[in-house]
Amino acid sequence: MSWLPEASAHAARIDLLLAGLTIISLAVLGLVFGLMVLNVMRFRAGRTTAVARAAAGHKNWWFEIAWTAATLVIFFGLFLWATQLYVVGFRPPADAIQIYVTGKQWMWKIQYPGGQREINALHVPAGRPVRLLMTSEDVIHDFSVPALRIKHDVLPGRYQSLWFTATRTGSFRLYCTQFCGVGHSRMTGTLTVLDAADYADWLNNVPASGSLAMEGEALFIRSGCSGCHASSRYAPDAADASRAPSMVGLYGSRVVLADGHAIVADAAFLHDAILDSPRRQGASFATEMPSFRGVLGEEDLAALVAYLQTLSPALPPDTGN
Amino acid sequence: MSASYLWQDGTLRSWLLTRDHKRIALLYLGSITAFFALGGIGAALIRLQLLEPAGTILSDATYNRVFTMHGVVMVWLFLVPSIPVTLGNFLVPLMLGARDLAFPRLNLVSWYLFVASGLLVLYGLFRGGLETGWTFYTPLSSDYSEGRVLPVVLGIFLNGFSSIATGVNFIVSIHQLRAPGMTWYRLPLMLWALYATSIIFVLATPVLGITLLLLAFERLFRVGVFDPTLGGDPLLFQQMFWFYSHPAVYIMILPGMGVVSEIVSTFCRKPVFGYRFVAWSSVSIAAIGFIVWGHHMFVAGESLYSAIVFSMFSFFVSVPSAIKVFNWLGTMHGGSIRLDAPMLYALGFIGLFTVGGLTGLFLASLAADVHLTQTYFVVAHFHYIMVGGMVSAYFGGLHYWWPKITGRMYPEIWGRLAAALIFFGFNLTFFPQFILGFEGMPRRYATYPAQFQVLNVLSSAGAGILAVAYVMPLVYFTWSLFRGARAPDNPWGATGLEWRTSSPPPVENFAETPVVTTDAYDYGDMDARTGVADAGGRHHV
Amino acid sequence: MSDGAVLDRHAPYETTLHRDETAIAGMWLFLASETLLFGGLFLVCLVYSQTRADGWAEGVRHTNLAIGAVNTLVLITSSAIYTMAVEAGRRGDNRRVMRFGLGAAVLGLAFLVLKGVEWGQEFSENLFPGPHFALHGPNARAAELFYSFYFLATFLHGMHMVVGIGLILWIGRKAHQGAFSAAWSTPVDVVGLYWSFVDLVWMLLFPLLYLIGRA
Ligand code: HEA
Ligand code: HEA
Ligand code: HEC
Ligand code: CUA
Ligand SMILES: [Cu+2]
Repeated sequence: MSWLPEASAHAARIDLLLAGLTIISLAVLGLVFGLMVLNVMRFRAGRTTAVARAAAGHKNWWFEIAWTAATLVIFFGLFLWATQLYVVGFRPPADAIQIYVTGKQWMWKIQYPGGQREINALHVPAGRPVRLLMTSEDVIHDFSVPALRIKHDVLPGRYQSLWFTATRTGSFRLYCTQFCGVGHSRMTGTLTVLDAADYADWLNNVPASGSLAMEGEALFIRSGCSGCHASSRYAPDAADASRAPSMVGLYGSRVVLADGHAIVADAAFLHDAILDSPRRQGASFATEMPSFRGVLGEEDLAALVAYLQTLSPALPPDTGN
Repeated sequence: MSASYLWQDGTLRSWLLTRDHKRIALLYLGSITAFFALGGIGAALIRLQLLEPAGTILSDATYNRVFTMHGVVMVWLFLVPSIPVTLGNFLVPLMLGARDLAFPRLNLVSWYLFVASGLLVLYGLFRGGLETGWTFYTPLSSDYSEGRVLPVVLGIFLNGFSSIATGVNFIVSIHQLRAPGMTWYRLPLMLWALYATSIIFVLATPVLGITLLLLAFERLFRVGVFDPTLGGDPLLFQQMFWFYSHPAVYIMILPGMGVVSEIVSTFCRKPVFGYRFVAWSSVSIAAIGFIVWGHHMFVAGESLYSAIVFSMFSFFVSVPSAIKVFNWLGTMHGGSIRLDAPMLYALGFIGLFTVGGLTGLFLASLAADVHLTQTYFVVAHFHYIMVGGMVSAYFGGLHYWWPKITGRMYPEIWGRLAAALIFFGFNLTFFPQFILGFEGMPRRYATYPAQFQVLNVLSSAGAGILAVAYVMPLVYFTWSLFRGARAPDNPWGATGLEWRTSSPPPVENFAETPVVTTDAYDYGDMDARTGVADAGGRHHV
Repeated sequence: MSDGAVLDRHAPYETTLHRDETAIAGMWLFLASETLLFGGLFLVCLVYSQTRADGWAEGVRHTNLAIGAVNTLVLITSSAIYTMAVEAGRRGDNRRVMRFGLGAAVLGLAFLVLKGVEWGQEFSENLFPGPHFALHGPNARAAELFYSFYFLATFLHGMHMVVGIGLILWIGRKAHQGAFSAAWSTPVDVVGLYWSFVDLVWMLLFPLLYLIGRA
């Protein structure tokens, strides 16, 4: 039996937390079992002579307060420790490589920015932050890499993200950990962490059908988006935003919705907007956008999103949420 | 003295139409034992399958149906009802000094509802089966599943009404039917625990009901309540499901805590240390338990803010459990401890519940849960509490009150042997699963990577021992029904009102309404060394 | 909840008063449970009426306000009439309990009939969710969602109405047999609690299903 490897600095920090929890638990267990055994030995019926019964009826408030307070203090410490390690999951670094993951009964489809695709295998370079943008085509799945100590549910119809910086090269297992039907236990694969040179090599040797963004650009024309949306290169003319909002610079900008609240247009926003276009505040466009739900698959959406992101060249691939 | 409730009228009809809470308790006992056996067979199949990485006897599809059946049957048809409907039904009126529950007819109706719901669930599980897990996550359950979602879901819906009826009955009885002198702070802790349980029955179960109705509606008419491709929100289902199911896990532990309080006090001949703290901790577990449901969704896509809040509340809800554990240990201190079988079960409960609870803290810790969730660590966590804790308490309670229920003693040696064997077999079964979970083995896997085999084999071996250990009581209890020594009215020298009437009790429970003049667990005038009650004079019957 | 004013030997109550208090407490608790049943539904309604406001409003606009409003009046009246039955019960006036009870039950039936007509219309207009759903356009999904709730909520409420009418008829029969007296009319009260609850649920459903977003 091999002990589960730690493939990232985060994994090591989680193990420390788990060790802390284990030590505290062992201490409490020692106390509970210890007192139980001691009590049984000392106060066994017939074994003791005169039991001090005077104390029996009395409740001792000091005891109650003391152990409640001690428990609370320990709990609070644990809570803070664990929460602080969880929060980082919500803060992907800006320069992360973005990889699209689509779950489907019962396989993982992976798309790289360079247009490479894989099934049930994920290759990443060591030492660089990687951000997975994940969605599902059917039911809920869950992308889990124990060696990195991370996982996240993958939901149909929306993007979830998961990020990590692997520090150790090698192959590690990845699993689907949300029950998703008959093939659930077969929805597994491998994560391969390569060093920078090997990774570059690998990228070059995997056949790519043009980059993901290029594929998205083709789709942008083929699906008719360019008929309404300006994208600086195709008709309608780059400046014409009367038919529909321009896609240039949209990614990463602030959009004010009809109900008044503003959000940053991140990848998830683009993804959802293509499925059901949101209403902007004060929008008055010459057209109305049809829903592309059921028309475009998740892989198409990933490509489109990747393309739209390139239309905000000043920004890194994703500004987070 | 009039005839015992058991033999007064022996016709089948008189049993099936009885309004006597004691007989209804036995009807329930029979039904849930059958369901426990069924769920146990499911467990046996699971453990058999997992002996080999590639699986042994079941196809993937069958395996999924089996663990779903195991979970559904064990939770709704065995563990949720277990202590409340059997020991609870039997004891609530006796402990209150009343003749029956507040609504005897409703009580019978609730048993029929239970049986009907059980049959409906079984119909679904055996005519086609169900492969969604006991959690029915959408859209798998609403759209993709090929199993019999509808009958099972409707069965559980009915089951809910049975629970609600029991809850209403207990709460009203405890408010209305206390014997003269039985003030709130003189109630046995078992009743406080059942009171808290009933609150959850009444207030959480209907939410499950409506959730399941929505699910059924979506499945029948293909409308998008929860399915995103039809415009719904799949997380909403999880929110609503856990809004019930987290409180429900406290339904599955509070009654056990009540039983343990009774047993520990009796076998230490001491009042429970910190009675009021133990009493109120039950109520606060029930109350805080309503606001922690989000801890089942830390990786499901809930917001950072709610994850943090739910994690914090999960720690809070653990405090009253800690209070209980420490108070039980305090009760033992300075007592006069006897290690009869019920006490062995109670001690097993305290130890195993603590392990389960402490690992619950691992899961309540956000970053740790991300790694451990959906693995065997979770499976081990809840089996430690539900099987190691609650099932032990249930067995302990059955042994403790068996003389009262049947008028016969069970064989003590066998009782102790079974208790020890259960403890051993249990740990062998489920401890390896903590390690499996840490190593990353996902739950609900019909096949698994070969590196996990050693631990899985250990676990299966433990399950074999556990199965034998659980069948033992079944055998010797049956034996004792016919051959067991006659039980005295108060074999343990305990103080509760239920011990002040004959074993088994007469139909009307007490010849005359008892009057309560002392606090619960008043062992003041008992001899500490021999542990024999000299309280004979207080018998009213 | 056993029949008549006499205590049965095995019943757990000390006095008839004690038994009646117990029955009323039981009903209150049951209603608390019911509140959470409907509460769950309302909560989901509220969530979706916010997150999917446009389509939701479109759904609301297609409900039949006229029938809804009439039905609301019918139900309020029925509830009010039943209150008079409760009053009569307290005085031990069996004849009036019966009359008012019948009145309330008839109005309850009228409600169900109207509801049936409304459902019939909606079915023929293909407003029932499913592949043939009538509304189209960008908000169709959310409107369909609205109709899921509409049908589920009115169905659930309707079932409660059926049970309530049954209970009232049972009261009417007992009154006909002269069962109540000034000293004892608890069943009339208990059924009254239930009937008011069913009324109250409709008071919340009506704005949710007919008004909010209509403007
Ligand atoms: C009877 C059933 C029961 C009970 C009582 C509990 C009790 C607790 N549970 Fe458990 N739980 C389940 C049954 C139960 N659980 C089930 C069935 C699941 C899985 C569902 C599924 O997905 O299928 C689950 C899952 C589950 C999860 C989600 C895991 C996941 O899916 O990611 C979490 C997360 O917070 C959790 C936490 C807790 C906590 C904090 C308690 C606390 O109440 C425990 C409190 C007790 C103690 C803490 C021990 C005593 C304390 C002391 C001796 C004090 C001293 C300690 C210190 C000072 C450190 N449980
Ligand atoms: C609530 C109570 C409860 C109880 C008591 C048990 C009892 C047991 N459980 Fe179960 N279990 C659950 C609730 C429970 N479980 C739930 C809710 C799940 C999750 C399901 C899901 O994921 O959806 C689960 C899942 C679960 C799994 C994980 C499956 C998976 O994720 O793939 C495993 C694996 O080992 C397991 C094992 C066992 C074992 C070995 C026992 C043993 O303790 C059982 C021992 C008992 C017996 C063996 C029966 C004794 C025999 C008799 C009484 C007579 C029988 C008569 C004849 C054989 C003639 N259970
Ligand atoms: C018939 C015209 C039309 C077509 C075709 C169309 N859109 Fe749109 N789109 C619109 C309009 C109009 C809006 C603005 C909606 C509003 O704000 O009310 C919009 C909004 C958007 C938005 C949200 C941006 C914002 O600022 O609100 C994105 C992203 C988008 N479309 C992408 C696409 C993509 C990708 C395609 C092709 C697959 C596409 N659209 C096809 C008309 C169209
Ligand atoms: Cu995909 Cu499990
Ligand atoms: Cu929980």
